[in-house]
Amino acid sequence: MSFGERTSRILLSTPVLRIGSILSTLFGISIFVFLVLRVIPGDSIVGAFGIETGVLTPEQIADLKVYYGIDKSLPMQYLSWMQSFLSGNMGYSYSTGISIASLTAKSLPVTIELALIGTILGVVMGIAIGTFSARKPGSISDFAGQLFGLRALAVPGFVLSTTIVTIMANKFHYFPNGYEFVRLWQDPWMNLQQMLFPGLVLGIAVAAPVMRTTRSALLETVDKDFVRTAIGKGVSPRKVQSRHVLRNSLIPIVTMTGIQFGYLLGGAVIVENIFSLPGMGRQVLYAITKREYATVQSSVMVFAILFITINVITDLIYRKIDPRIKK
Amino acid sequence: MKRDPLKPKGGFYYYMQSTSGVVGAVLLLFMVIVSICAVFGWMPHDPLEQNVEFAMQGPSSNFWFGTDEFGRDIFSRSLDGMRRSLTVSVSAVSIAAFFGVILGILSGYLGRWFDQLIVRLSDVIFAFPAILLALAIVSTLGNSWYQTSLAIAVVYTPIFIRVARGPVLTVKEMDYVKVTRILGFSSLRILRKHILPNVTAPIVVQVALSLSWAILTESGLSFLGLGTQPPNASLGLMVSEAQPIAAFAWWALFFPSAFITIVVVGLNLVGDGLRDALDPARRSS
Repeated sequence: MSFGERTSRILLSTPVLRIGSILSTLFGISIFVFLVLRVIPGDSIVGAFGIETGVLTPEQIADLKVYYGIDKSLPMQYLSWMQSFLSGNMGYSYSTGISIASLTAKSLPVTIELALIGTILGVVMGIAIGTFSARKPGSISDFAGQLFGLRALAVPGFVLSTTIVTIMANKFHYFPNGYEFVRLWQDPWMNLQQMLFPGLVLGIAVAAPVMRTTRSALLETVDKDFVRTAIGKGVSPRKVQSRHVLRNSLIPIVTMTGIQFGYLLGGAVIVENIFSLPGMGRQVLYAITKREYATVQSSVMVFAILFITINVITDLIYRKIDPRIKK
Repeated sequence: MKRDPLKPKGGFYYYMQSTSGVVGAVLLLFMVIVSICAVFGWMPHDPLEQNVEFAMQGPSSNFWFGTDEFGRDIFSRSLDGMRRSLTVSVSAVSIAAFFGVILGILSGYLGRWFDQLIVRLSDVIFAFPAILLALAIVSTLGNSWYQTSLAIAVVYTPIFIRVARGPVLTVKEMDYVKVTRILGFSSLRILRKHILPNVTAPIVVQVALSLSWAILTESGLSFLGLGTQPPNASLGLMVSEAQPIAAFAWWALFFPSAFITIVVVGLNLVGDGLRDALDPARRSS
């Protein structure tokens, strides 16, 4: 094997190609986010001063432009943002004066915890209802399961959240999110109570598609030859269900969960705002209303990195549950 | 009139065979009629008219869905909100489908660097949660209805690219398409006669599903205060405005929410029905 051949083999190997494509996607995202936020008609100065912008002298505006870093050309602004993003402090939030990295360090764990709780609740509910539905297709229990799937798809998270807040706070006088947010390590019990309802709202959104996928995957696998063989061999129905049917249906379920985890990050933006959880979603929305370019850019980048990481993890899980994918 | 048993049945026949399709069509039709009423102003009250003496009243014969804290009629506001939601989502999905299908077909058909570029660009957009991207775009464009539509269209275009590109990749390698190319027919004719018909069915289904997502995104944006601005009525905004009063006035929260749910359920069921009707493999005889 010549040197060149070996190099190209390494360069074209799956992990290298994947990392390359992830990096190029991230690069594309960073440019896209940057450009999207630059077509803004009003700029950070208007965001900070509101209608008082009109009374600023041209010199003051020029100084502020230097202060906010929007006096430079677009490519230079992009480079300086990238530099601060990669160097780890991600730039500064102007209205609070804190580095975006330390803001993110506080809010990212909240969002990740919320997303994990939502996914776990969603997957458990989805697989349970899907299995329940698939046991007797066309029966009443199947219909009930499918109806749940449809309702959960159609009731937006903010409607569900508002309803829960209203009912819990006024009828049951139990509303843990009314208190100041506590972190998991400060008071785990209180924290979990505060995460319960938002997690449930996101979980129901995840459960619906997971349930649909589970149901159709199970129904498809049940008809396969190896299942019939297993039943013919006299394997107990419980074992056929768990070892043969469910395990072989897992791939579409894992794929769906991975996709939903991504959507859940979007849902978190809304849910965090209703339940006043200080996560990434609130950080982004606050930054958008204050027109803090740097904060929005960096936060959105963090979201995108999270999203891509989830895709990679989903990919790794496939290989674990389906040895056939291993090359 | 008896139908000829040998005559092939049309898509409409198969659509009517699917229960979910029929139910969905009825729900959707109801919401479309409601929106048309709002377009022509056939509403019991002016959706913006404030009547403080009638504030926070429950449903009655005068105010079918009750009133909010300014005494505005929730029924009329729901009608007007539905009109707005449908306008935004229909225009958003039309833009997304138009550009998505063209780009998807071209990218699948032309292949090479153009395909690479388009696929990479869609990957970039796919890497964001939809509402977050729409949020960022709306915050930059502004929040009148066409700007919201544009933002939602950007978010959903890649889905159409992907849906259109897939079948093109398969069809263009089929022998009959290769033969037409060898016979010297123009690319345009191949696209129109052989490729487009194969893409139509998945696109139509996708349109129904995307419309339901677009409605959810639009109402989500309005809920966060980045879509329709008060005092105008929008279903998402009405839910958000109902938050503080929902404990005493359940109707302020319930009816707008029910409208959103009905239209989204309707669109999903129509999507299911279309999928069954347009896919020969799923047709139950």
